[in-house]
Amino acid sequence: MKRFLPWIVPVLILLGWELASDLGALRSQIMPAPSVVGTALWRLARSGELWSNIQISACRALGGFMIGGSVGFALGVSNGVSSLSETLLDTTVQMVRNIPNLALIPLVILWFGIDEEAKLFLVSTGVFFPMYVNTLHGVRSVDRQLLEMGRAYGLSEWSLFFRVVMPGALPSVFVGLRYGLGIMWLTLIVAETISASSGIGFMAMNAREFMMVDVVIVSILLYAALGKLADSIARFLERTCLAWNPAYVKV
Amino acid sequence: MTVDVFNTEPDSAIRASTEGATVGLRGVMKSFGTNTVLHGIDLDIPAGQFVAIVGRSGCGKSTLLRLIAGLDTPNAGTIQIDGQPGPWRDSVRLMFQEPRLLPWQRVVANVEVGLPRGPDRHRIAKDVLAQVGLAGRDNDWPAVLSGGQKQRVALARALASHPRLLAFDEPLGALDALTRIEMQDLIERVWAAKGFTAIVVTHDVAEAVALADRILLLEEGRVAMDVPVNLPRPRRRGDPEAAAIEGRILEQLLSPG
Repeated sequence: MKRFLPWIVPVLILLGWELASDLGALRSQIMPAPSVVGTALWRLARSGELWSNIQISACRALGGFMIGGSVGFALGVSNGVSSLSETLLDTTVQMVRNIPNLALIPLVILWFGIDEEAKLFLVSTGVFFPMYVNTLHGVRSVDRQLLEMGRAYGLSEWSLFFRVVMPGALPSVFVGLRYGLGIMWLTLIVAETISASSGIGFMAMNAREFMMVDVVIVSILLYAALGKLADSIARFLERTCLAWNPAYVKV
Repeated sequence: MTVDVFNTEPDSAIRASTEGATVGLRGVMKSFGTNTVLHGIDLDIPAGQFVAIVGRSGCGKSTLLRLIAGLDTPNAGTIQIDGQPGPWRDSVRLMFQEPRLLPWQRVVANVEVGLPRGPDRHRIAKDVLAQVGLAGRDNDWPAVLSGGQKQRVALARALASHPRLLAFDEPLGALDALTRIEMQDLIERVWAAKGFTAIVVTHDVAEAVALADRILLLEEGRVAMDVPVNLPRPRRRGDPEAAAIEGRILEQLLSPG
């Protein structure tokens, strides 16, 4: 029974929405009924348009995330471990961090046009900073006492890193990961809406031109579903990797 | 009640052992910035002796222990263990005031931290866990253990490599009274069985009298008293002779200047 509780409110909203549309309280040009949106979803799925657009958007999202996330992670680790690296690079990163990555859109369009590189660039710059900041913080806040113990018990620098530093930083890295995932979708939506010839955002903008409100709503819901999926995967990973930590054990 | 610092010859009643390491300190001085914590300590500990170091907070007892355990280096003077100037690697182990277990590793993996790489690592770790009374808890996370059990795991980790010298930095300070007594008994038992040299830093004089062959009282970075405790083991709690020794040491500790 408890499993269904969170779904009661969404279901009620859907029912109210459908009812309001059927009674004519909501005009179909403004907000089509859920059943109409469902039909549009079905139509897009049957034609294959839906899948190819999801695939393209997902590739952009994951590609950008991989690039930005791994660079941010690597730099966070290196600045966390080496004070020389931090002195050298942190100030620069913190300066660049204050530029909203979406402000780069005009420049990015000039550089890359509306090609794939433009989306990858925007998504990876968006993901980079939360990953960097949180990884650095995680590595920095590793328990000094545990490091001292590791050294006193003769762990090599290598195993000190993998057995003490990395696991200690992991909760923080996951915070960066989930933060990055949010920014990943946000950036991608904007990029695809402004300049693209494929993808979910393009599907929405294209439908707008033809006043297909149902398809626009399908696109928005797709973003919501994909965002939720990504977050669920991250949470699953978090729970699996941090099973030792009572704060992450599912009760 | 002055005690000759240099007169630290082992008492005839004190057991000698081939399993334990000898410790020799000559003129050991340690300062942090302008603050000198240890003023030229000279000390000889014969193999297998159980030594307790007591003193007020800030008297330098923890610093001395960290020097002996190789976590810090003295500013002047030499420390030799088994006649070697160090590094002593896994023949010297330190047990901290906190358990300092890796929370992301299971209990048995935490004990393996104390062992060099090898095929028998896992089996040895399980054996040592059983020796400290934690058989069957190998795959628990440290988070589910009580404070006393965590310190047992830390003890197992320290014992795993068969150290010749085991140093304890107030390892029982955070435990409740009953768990403390159980841990004291456990430490005394493993010490008697393994024969390593033991140095325990404590602020609890009663604990020192219950465990040690010899008690060093540190005051302002110097050895102010060196008291042999020639009481038979296992020691009964509330023994009048023990109480007399405790009284003498407390008197010195509480005396002003």
